[in-house]
Amino acid sequence: MVTYIVRRLVTAALILLGASFLVYLLTASSGDPLADLRASNAPNKQQLMNARTELLDLDTPAPIRYFKWLAGAAQCLVPFAGTCDLGKSVSGQPITEALGIALVQTLTLVTGATILAILIGISLGIVTALRQYSALDYGVTFMAFLFFSLPIFWVAVLLKEYGAIGFNDFLRNPEIPLPTALGVGAVAGLLVAVAVGGELRRRLITGGAVFAAVTLILIYFSATQWFKTPGLGPVVIAVAGAGIAVAVTVLVAGLRNRRALQSSLIVVALGVIAYFAVQPLLDQATALMIALLGLATVLVGVAVGYFMGGYDRGQSMRVAGITAFLVGGLVVMDRFMQAWPSYFSNSRVRGRPIATIGAGTPNIEGDFWVLGTDTFTHLILPTIALILVSLASYTRFTRSSMLEIMNMDYIRTARAKGLSERSVIMGHAFRNALIPIATIVAFDIGALIGGAVITESVFSVRGMGFLFLDGITHIDPNPVMGVFVCVAVTAMVFNLIADLAYSALDPRVRIKA
Amino acid sequence: MSQPTQEEEILAQQAVRGPGDAPPEHESSGLSQGQIVRKRFFGHTGALIGLAVFALIFILAFTSVGVAGIPGWWKYNHLDVSPLVGDGAPTAGLVPPAWGEHPFGQDRIGRDLFAMTMRGAQQSITIMILIGAIAGILGAVIGGLAGYFRGWVEAVLMRITDVIIIIPVLLLAAVVAQIAGRRDEGSMFAAFANANGILVLGVFLGLVSWVGLARLVRGEFLTLREREFVDAARISGASNARIIFKHILPNAVGVLIVNVTLTMSAAILLETALSYLGVGVKSPDTSLGLLISQNQEAFATRPWLFWFPGLFIVLICLSINFIGDGLRDAFDPRQKKFNAKKASDANAPAVEKSAATAFDGTKGD
Repeated sequence: MVTYIVRRLVTAALILLGASFLVYLLTASSGDPLADLRASNAPNKQQLMNARTELLDLDTPAPIRYFKWLAGAAQCLVPFAGTCDLGKSVSGQPITEALGIALVQTLTLVTGATILAILIGISLGIVTALRQYSALDYGVTFMAFLFFSLPIFWVAVLLKEYGAIGFNDFLRNPEIPLPTALGVGAVAGLLVAVAVGGELRRRLITGGAVFAAVTLILIYFSATQWFKTPGLGPVVIAVAGAGIAVAVTVLVAGLRNRRALQSSLIVVALGVIAYFAVQPLLDQATALMIALLGLATVLVGVAVGYFMGGYDRGQSMRVAGITAFLVGGLVVMDRFMQAWPSYFSNSRVRGRPIATIGAGTPNIEGDFWVLGTDTFTHLILPTIALILVSLASYTRFTRSSMLEIMNMDYIRTARAKGLSERSVIMGHAFRNALIPIATIVAFDIGALIGGAVITESVFSVRGMGFLFLDGITHIDPNPVMGVFVCVAVTAMVFNLIADLAYSALDPRVRIKA
Repeated sequence: MSQPTQEEEILAQQAVRGPGDAPPEHESSGLSQGQIVRKRFFGHTGALIGLAVFALIFILAFTSVGVAGIPGWWKYNHLDVSPLVGDGAPTAGLVPPAWGEHPFGQDRIGRDLFAMTMRGAQQSITIMILIGAIAGILGAVIGGLAGYFRGWVEAVLMRITDVIIIIPVLLLAAVVAQIAGRRDEGSMFAAFANANGILVLGVFLGLVSWVGLARLVRGEFLTLREREFVDAARISGASNARIIFKHILPNAVGVLIVNVTLTMSAAILLETALSYLGVGVKSPDTSLGLLISQNQEAFATRPWLFWFPGLFIVLICLSINFIGDGLRDAFDPRQKKFNAKKASDANAPAVEKSAATAFDGTKGD
């Protein structure tokens, strides 16, 4: 095992050396870094050119410059010495500093999108696998292919047009005309009727119910100007919480485990009480406080599960803990919604909340909630774009993995033992289907750092991709190398982790030492 | 780039499962492998539709504006400027069906968008086919050599693959774009690249996108070379070349074809993305990605400039993806899959039966 890891690391280091040498030479030879100065008419042109030549050490040939860079970069391997030197960019900024800023931007952009894409993709994949060859399956498969084929810059521009500009125009006077409400309701009802499966009667009833509910909600929203002063309120939290409690119980423990159901419902009741109790506290919220409150919420949930017990105490604790977390999320969401009017009328936002570029409104001031809303309104469009293009691969992959597992003998055995379909799917099939998915998730997390070059450039987020592209256009090897090394190292480390995780999760796979 | 594609999905799948883990089950006896594959492929509705759409776009793109100096049937080309008709709005309509002077509209200076889109589609398809051909050949040769000969050949080739796989394509494309863009230097390559930007870009992208294919082919070769029929061929004195071309390659060709198709669909997105970022096809020539990039600012005033090129990218890519899916189903030996409906159908009679026997039992009592 240790031999294997060491061998992999040594190979990786050698590959990295070779590749970084190539990348440096390619960047350096791709053009003339002084081109913009040569073309300029500034009186101190020669001086500027000399300054840049000195800054980037252009008199030294590129291969030798690489080794100078390597000597500086090698110091990064010395832990805690603080002598890391990755050179400076054209504008004179140290690369280590630029990388730090870019990394934060990139991670705020891609983390949420990746997590959501994984969650939605895996659930869609499982559902389509269980309903193979149904209308839902064909629909999702077609959507997956469509998403595979969408150029992300095209999606991004469309999102800007309709998601931001269109929605902002709508927010100015948030009234939904009756025909639109009926139309949206009809589409939603139709989609659900097609997706739900089963007999025609069941489909019609479900579709009709969804149609009525969606239409009524839209009419209600329009009448009360909900989009101007959104909020959930205790009633919605209670109802939605009860729904969440039942859903979580169905998935994790099965409705027959009454104790689990009761503990999750108790948690919901506690959540509604807490909703009133924490409102004054939330007004002075900080990120740390929200994190601590979240932790406390989960702990309370687990404790409720522990005291309710039942024949499977662990299951009750899990159900109650998950429910507590989700209900806590609802409360926080409600608080964000309460901050919406003050964000909306903020002098920097001026009634056009959904932003098309950047990662935050410049110079905005406000409390935690307003700033949080600001980040949210800036992230929502790039996040949707990223989810759309990365959703498909998770869906398809989970689907095929799940289909393969459902053919296994141990699934037939589990069915033959008389286990409920829930425990066959959640306990036996899903867990095993997750093993190959865990590896692609590890690959993708490794690739996260690289950022999304195109998404970042469309939405003007100054992340890793932007740094990289900027370095290329300015023929500036140092930022390019900085990004490249970060990306390559994380990708290689996560590839190794993926391989190790695979053999840890699936004992049949052995690592050849 | 950042966008996952079907090809990557396949790569991940193969990496996880190990290639060729199930021997093919022939449900149709008496047919050759090629016949079975053909039968399955033509039974795949999505693939057939994809094939038809792609053929249509291909013919439309190459005949309308002409190719390589041969004039097409459309009256404009992508550079012609003509007076604006109706402020450049598209003249094509469905009700009543009409084609008009400028079916897809015109841009601000009066160039015909139909001609530009067709030219762009042509470029994208050319690049796609070039990438597919070059990546397919290189991937097959390198992966095959590494997988068949093993030893130091494999070590060297696979390390090269590893190095190329981690160098960002964007950087390489930028370098080529820069070199091609240096008009002042008059070197042979720069002159050639200036005249044939598309060919250079396609060849170049092909030279970097074979790596995934090489890994897959190597995996295929690794399993196939241990099979009995290869041993038999070797014992009867076949040369290495004969074993590779006559015995192993025909068996690995399914994986190769499927993944070349998927590489091609990824190639379209790659080309458009590079053109969008300004390092792919350069103006005055045009490509679908470049058209979108040039016209995204005009979305509010002339949305059609943005819609049609995007639509064509999606259509081409979608049809190639469906063809690839059809091919994969056709070549995939693991065809019989779990069917929940069938399973529940099989369960349902069993339940009824037991209930019936119970009922019978009470009746008998």
